[in-house]
Amino acid sequence: MPSRIAQIRLVSGHPEVYEPCDDSFALVDALLADRKNLLEHQPVFCMEVGCGSGYVITSLAIMLKKEDNAASVSYFATDINPHAVRVTSETLKAHTVHAEVLCDNIASSGLETRLWGKVDVMVVNPPYVPTPEDEVGREGIASAWAGGENGRTVIDKILPVADKLLSKKGWLYMVTLAANNPSQICLFMKEKGYASRIIVRRSTEEESLHVIKFWRDPDLQVGEISTIGSL
Amino acid sequence: MRLLTHNMLSCNIKGVTNGFPLGLEIVKHEVKEVEFNSDFIRNMFVKIEWKALVDAAKSMGYEELPEEVDSSMLESDEFLKRFHHALLELHLEEGALVCPETGRKFPVVKGIPNMLLNEDEV
Repeated sequence: MPSRIAQIRLVSGHPEVYEPCDDSFALVDALLADRKNLLEHQPVFCMEVGCGSGYVITSLAIMLKKEDNAASVSYFATDINPHAVRVTSETLKAHTVHAEVLCDNIASSGLETRLWGKVDVMVVNPPYVPTPEDEVGREGIASAWAGGENGRTVIDKILPVADKLLSKKGWLYMVTLAANNPSQICLFMKEKGYASRIIVRRSTEEESLHVIKFWRDPDLQVGEISTIGSL
Repeated sequence: MRLLTHNMLSCNIKGVTNGFPLGLEIVKHEVKEVEFNSDFIRNMFVKIEWKALVDAAKSMGYEELPEEVDSSMLESDEFLKRFHHALLELHLEEGALVCPETGRKFPVVKGIPNMLLNEDEV
């Protein structure tokens, strides 16, 4: 039986690009665990923010591939790191799957206007490591992990944009660290009308990871506009 | 970069109100075959700005798309195949996307557009 996810030996690399690691594997495991739901969901647009090596978006494209190979989903993969988008493109090619790859900053994204309300599935493995604030937004591989205070600086910029881009039936899968205060993230998203569930929990010697799935719940009252982030 | 992506991108420079559609500066374009799926293409129809697609396809030398469309055309396989070709099979490989308001160019290298803004543009 052919592999349902990307193969590590086919993942391309570059010294300035984050290699697939425990957090990437946890995210792919979460998507695999939810694969049946994803297939039934029949997404038209899927998007990964911060695609790095391309391991996750490639895995997603493989696991949702139809047997007849016909185009049924359109994938977008973005990263702020120009080396990463090149590597992602190579990783996708090596697995003969396709995603549209863009070098883009989610906080001022070229997709924000036209892709508004159209994304059915978004996956994010954000830079979540708590670091001094001035390490956020540096060029190269640091952009893959430097998350500022409580590791929340970039996450808090991504969440409001995710809320704009997600369609009415949109789902968001995001990796978080215990230090990011995931329950507070869930509360913020609840105010925006999202229910949430932890799909994968994983503790390593170094970190305790959660992959959380968010979806719009029509029964939730959308709260006042929260002041989180700068957007 | 597919024309689908061109259709989903706009210039997000601070103060720009008319950043769509981006102009296409074509150094190299390619045609890459994609399996046809009529349901998928039908789903795409409501998400696409038609005129932007027609003009982008023309700039790559493909003139088979009708200027005016309505949803009754989605019954025609021939129309859907042309739409499929323009949307998914025409790729900008090398060149640039150009902001219609400011003329700012976003380079496209090896099929990957770079939409990053400079600090003074955010």
